[in-house]
Amino acid sequence: MVEFLINGFLIFLLAIIAVVAIRSIKIFSTVMLAGAYSLICAIIFVSLDAVDVAFTEAAVGAGLSTVLYIAAMRHLPKREKVVNDNTIFALIVCFGVGCLLIWASFDLPVIGDPMAPIHQHVGPYYISNTKADMGIPNLVTGVLASYRGYDTLGETVVIFTAGLGVLLLLGDGKNRDKNE
Amino acid sequence: MNDDPILRVCTKIIVGPIILFGLYVQFHGDYGPGGGFQAGVIVAAGFILHSLIFGLKEGRKLISEKLNLFIMILGVILYGGVGLVSIYYNTEYLNYSILAHDSKHGQHIGILLIEFGVGLTVAGVMLILFHLFSSWKGEDK
Repeated sequence: MVEFLINGFLIFLLAIIAVVAIRSIKIFSTVMLAGAYSLICAIIFVSLDAVDVAFTEAAVGAGLSTVLYIAAMRHLPKREKVVNDNTIFALIVCFGVGCLLIWASFDLPVIGDPMAPIHQHVGPYYISNTKADMGIPNLVTGVLASYRGYDTLGETVVIFTAGLGVLLLLGDGKNRDKNE
Repeated sequence: MNDDPILRVCTKIIVGPIILFGLYVQFHGDYGPGGGFQAGVIVAAGFILHSLIFGLKEGRKLISEKLNLFIMILGVILYGGVGLVSIYYNTEYLNYSILAHDSKHGQHIGILLIEFGVGLTVAGVMLILFHLFSSWKGEDK
C-alpha cells in the first residue's frame, strides 16, 4: 500500500512536470524541468530496486545532460516561438496511442512476478552462477562486464564514436572561443 | 567564469570529494551499485563543475585537450586489449578467467580492468563534449 502511494505520487509529479515543461516557453525553465523529470525517474527506479539504472539516470539525465543543454542554450533565443498549428489532430493521435499503450499494459505480467517470461530466460542462470563464476555480489556488474562483455565493449565504442562525431562537427578551431 | 566568492570557495571544497566519490563508484562497482559508466560521468562532472566556475581556460590547464583525447582512446584500447590478452592465451575474446591462476580471481581482475576502460572513455567523452559545446561560438557571426 505504501509503495503504491509513493509510486502514484511520483508518477503524478512526473505528469505535472511533463505538462509544465511542454507549456513553458522559456527555454531555461524547460531545461531545468527536464532535469527534474530525470531526477524523479531516478527515484522511481530506486523504488523498483534498479539502483544501477537509477544511479545512471541521476548522473547522466539529471546532471550532465542538463549542463550540456545549458551550454548549448547560449546559442538559442531565450524564448520559444509560439506555434498555433492544428493541435486537435495531435491531441487525438496522442490520446489514441495512449489508450493503445494502456490496453497493451493489461497483458504485461505483474511487477516482480517470478513466473514472468523475462525471468525464465537467462536470468536464473545469472542469478545462480554469478557468485560461483566471479565471486562478486553485484549481478548487474557480473552480467554487464563478463557475461555480456561484448555488448559493453560495443557501448563503450558507441560513446567513443559519439565523442568523435561532436569533435569533428564542432572542434575545427575556426568557431571556437577558448578564452571564456 | 563566475566571480561569486561563495561559489568559488564551495567549488574548491567540493571538487575533490566528487572525484573521490567517482573513484569509489569505479572500483566498488562489483560490490555495490555503480561501475565504469557512472564513475566516468561523476568524475567528468567534478571537472565540469571546476570549468563552469573557474572558466574553460583554467579547466584546460588541468586536463589539456590532448590528454583528454588520450584518455578517451586509452579506455577503448584498454577494454579491447584485455580481450586480446585472452586470445593470446588461447581462450575466447574477453574471457577473463585466464588472467590469473584461479579463474574467479581472473574474472575479478578482468572486470576491474574493463570497468576502468569504460570509466576512462566515458569521463573523457563527457568532458570533451562539455568543452566543445561551451567553446563553440556558433556559425560565423
